[in-house]
Amino acid sequence: MPTVIVDGQEIEIGADERLNCIEAARRAGVEIPHYCWHPGLSVVASCRMCLIQAGSRNAETGAVSMIPKLVPGCQTPVKDGTVIVTDSELVRDSRARVEEALLIDHPIDCPICDKAGECLLQDYHFEHGQGERRADIHAFTSRRRDVGPTVTLFVDRCIMCTRCVRFTREVSGTAELMVSARGAKEEIDTFPGFPLENKLAGNVVDLCPVGALGDKDFLYQQRVWFLKKTANVCGGCSAGCSIVTEHNQDTVYRLKPRENPHVNKWWICDEGRYGWHHLHDQSRLVEATRRGSDGFEAVEWAGVVSQLRDDLTAAGRLAVAVSPQLTVEEAWMLCAVARSIDPEAFLAVGYVPMTGDDESFPGGFTIRAEKAPNRVGVETVLALFGAVGEDGNVPGWQELLQRVQTDTIKAAWVTAGYPTPDGSWCDDQTAAAFDGLDCLVVQDLFDSPLSARAHWRLPAAGFAERAGTWVNCGQHAQSFEQAIRPPAGVWPEGRLFWNMLGRQGLYDPTGVRQQIAENSAAFAALTGDLPATGVDLRLQQLAAT
Amino acid sequence: MSESQSFEPVLLEAVGVENGHSFESYRGRGGYAPLEKLLAEKQPPEVVEMVKSSGLRGRGGAGFMTGLKWTFLPKDHPGPIYLCVNADESEPGTFNNRILMEDDPHQILEGTIISAYATRASTAYIYLRYEYPQSWNALQAAIDEAYAAGYLGQNIKGSGFSLDIYLHRGAAAYICGEETGLIESLEGKRAWPRIKPPFPAIEGAFRKPTVVNNIETMACVAQIARRGVDWFRSIGVPADPNNPRDPGSYGPKLYCLSGHVEKPGCYEAPLGITARELIDQFGGGVWKGRRAKAVIPGGISMGLLSEAELDTPLDFAGPGKAGCLGLGTAAVVVIDETVSIVDFLHNSCRFFAHESCGQCTPCREGTSWSLRMLERIRAGKGRLKDLDLLAEIGNTMGMMPGSTICGLADGAAWPIKNAIAKFRDEFEEYIKQSNPTGYMETDPVPALPILSAH
Repeated sequence: MPTVIVDGQEIEIGADERLNCIEAARRAGVEIPHYCWHPGLSVVASCRMCLIQAGSRNAETGAVSMIPKLVPGCQTPVKDGTVIVTDSELVRDSRARVEEALLIDHPIDCPICDKAGECLLQDYHFEHGQGERRADIHAFTSRRRDVGPTVTLFVDRCIMCTRCVRFTREVSGTAELMVSARGAKEEIDTFPGFPLENKLAGNVVDLCPVGALGDKDFLYQQRVWFLKKTANVCGGCSAGCSIVTEHNQDTVYRLKPRENPHVNKWWICDEGRYGWHHLHDQSRLVEATRRGSDGFEAVEWAGVVSQLRDDLTAAGRLAVAVSPQLTVEEAWMLCAVARSIDPEAFLAVGYVPMTGDDESFPGGFTIRAEKAPNRVGVETVLALFGAVGEDGNVPGWQELLQRVQTDTIKAAWVTAGYPTPDGSWCDDQTAAAFDGLDCLVVQDLFDSPLSARAHWRLPAAGFAERAGTWVNCGQHAQSFEQAIRPPAGVWPEGRLFWNMLGRQGLYDPTGVRQQIAENSAAFAALTGDLPATGVDLRLQQLAAT
Repeated sequence: MSESQSFEPVLLEAVGVENGHSFESYRGRGGYAPLEKLLAEKQPPEVVEMVKSSGLRGRGGAGFMTGLKWTFLPKDHPGPIYLCVNADESEPGTFNNRILMEDDPHQILEGTIISAYATRASTAYIYLRYEYPQSWNALQAAIDEAYAAGYLGQNIKGSGFSLDIYLHRGAAAYICGEETGLIESLEGKRAWPRIKPPFPAIEGAFRKPTVVNNIETMACVAQIARRGVDWFRSIGVPADPNNPRDPGSYGPKLYCLSGHVEKPGCYEAPLGITARELIDQFGGGVWKGRRAKAVIPGGISMGLLSEAELDTPLDFAGPGKAGCLGLGTAAVVVIDETVSIVDFLHNSCRFFAHESCGQCTPCREGTSWSLRMLERIRAGKGRLKDLDLLAEIGNTMGMMPGSTICGLADGAAWPIKNAIAKFRDEFEEYIKQSNPTGYMETDPVPALPILSAH
């Protein structure tokens, strides 16, 4: 295995790995500061912050010969015997000078800049910069320029790393951002009439090392040091991009992508990035309500557990729509609950929203037309419960619609949780299919034509309010934590199903996952501690067979 | 009469000849016959060997061994391979390429065709700076004549070798003279020089192997083909036998002499003539009976020779020994004693701040910062501390310490370095006189509200 020596420390890297000095040093726990390099973009080596000393160690004699000048760590590949020095005076002085150079004409905006607290210029200044200013004093504030509908640019804060320009060229393929003018007068800009307007535009804000590019959705909303970060998965489509939900006091402020080499690499689309506002929409259902003689009455959650079971048992044959918004654990418990009420309950996958076609971008990122995160997971759960039709397929929403219109089905439990505040996922005509039922339970985030007909309206959880596992369109399963609490004492699906199964104590998604993993070949991969980037379900399935 | 002055111009043999730029004149002087002979008798590797053994070093400023550079091209590459002729000539003080292009364009073309044959290039681009419209006309006319006479195009003189030459015009940026900046501009992009590796010989224009050579280098190739390797090596300064790394400085060189001399002009002399010899014997001496204060040895990027250093030989090794960056383009600019060195450095810093491409931090900010300091000094608000800061910028900015992507930063740094080191007294005097109350200040001072230049 090739050995690389970083500041005297030896580390081994994979025989087939192609690493640069920054990546190799990271393996040794050494962080080489850098602005312009990004693993998902081309190498330009223009910021010069990553300059280090490199050399090689002779395999036989052990003699070390260093390249006499500084080299950029981002453009220098490592191989067996590469020596990297990051802590010499030469390197330290070089970093201090690059920092100084960037700060010479940087606006004094920290107190009003969103990036404060997560700004590389700030961080590197404290870590690597000089203590005192030597350049002439030039205190000014940045100009601001609109570059598109979702992104704003604070022109003078830019340090010309060109990550944003390279992103729009290489990853979104839209090339809206450019550099204009030359030398110290360079600025980021767009061509007149061609604003930054693509479905991946928000990623440039993540990429910007300083506060030049700002997300209009987040601008001035919250100081970043107040934000707590929870690893989640985006619920916007079946791609299942790994995200970080950043929140404070049960309020989400923004979503950011989480690096996942198996799914989304470093990016998320704008639809997913801004797809959290529905969580705080005022019209969310927050009470369990039951239709009485005088309209809907609120029911205490503890009472829901028994009353709901009584109502459904009394009604007769049960049909259940298991929403693709539910986690694997929730879907499994729901099926168990349904079968405990009616051993022959008809189980089907709930409505799966589809919009347009899959859309792929030059960097490889794909936005899926299937706008739900866990159809695959739900289908696999249903198959475990034997809910497979004669054609070998798990029944879906259309089949459920047909079934509930027959005389056999008397009750239906429709789990939904779709992020559409206007309830438009189910129109009146579709909802009418449920008219003849004795007991209709609708568990959703918002009112809809379907909930208007329900006998039970139960509030659902949003994606950031649940912990559990989703399986994306590529059979990749990811488990995530709960970020915020649901509003006003709502019992989200997991908690309700757990209690309806008669289990004691708090809902334990990890325990349920473990139980599912131990009892099924399909989910065998979900056992134990899962990596933050998830697992491919198929691996263990192959092993099991 | 020194050896230099008795040297009969070869590269400049067409200057002063009536219609010397024409195809007929060039043919009459023996041109294109060497090309035909090479095409008929030698294979490309032999031509590479010929140029290599001549000891020809690039005339564009870096002085890299031309033949050696050609060997970096990958063997057995399916092609296309490109040859770019660098006619950007933007180094301040330089005008020899212009004279060659206007007065003897066919010499350049013959050298280009021979070089393309040697490197197996199928297409050559002459990248011409925007500011040379007469060269544009002269070159295009010569290219048309060469096509008409069958020295360009398909199957040249039945040799099986084909070459197209395109004349491409720049848009007035100094950085387009940097070889990868040139290539980027040729490709229609912003002239931001590329990081190396990969070097152009491996991946250059349009991602294909590319060689970039200077106009004067092409002219030398034509002369080597005509007069032979031995002739070329008989001129100039041989390699130091005690130094195996010294490739020598062979061949004739065009020296652009300008500034405060009686007879500015482009003069051809063997490599190795000293600055003093060039000024006195070719230039008629410093003008108006004055003394030289400083002399730029090879374009402003190379820095300054002081008056005491004028016996420095102007070959590839000489200026370096006097603390300059190198021979560069051999553009010798004489600055007389009435010129303020502060003015000179301000002008130099203004040029480089204007021309810096801006992609890498040390150059973008270093050139800008040094300009601002010179502006403030000239506005009477300079500090002695500024000289230390300028010296530090001069010592840390550049490809040689490794802090930048291309050599523009080194070119920007050297005048600062040399000026502060060799003329520090004058700077201190100026600062003390113009800012008697503030020259001792070491804390940062307010920036000038307006930047008058750049």
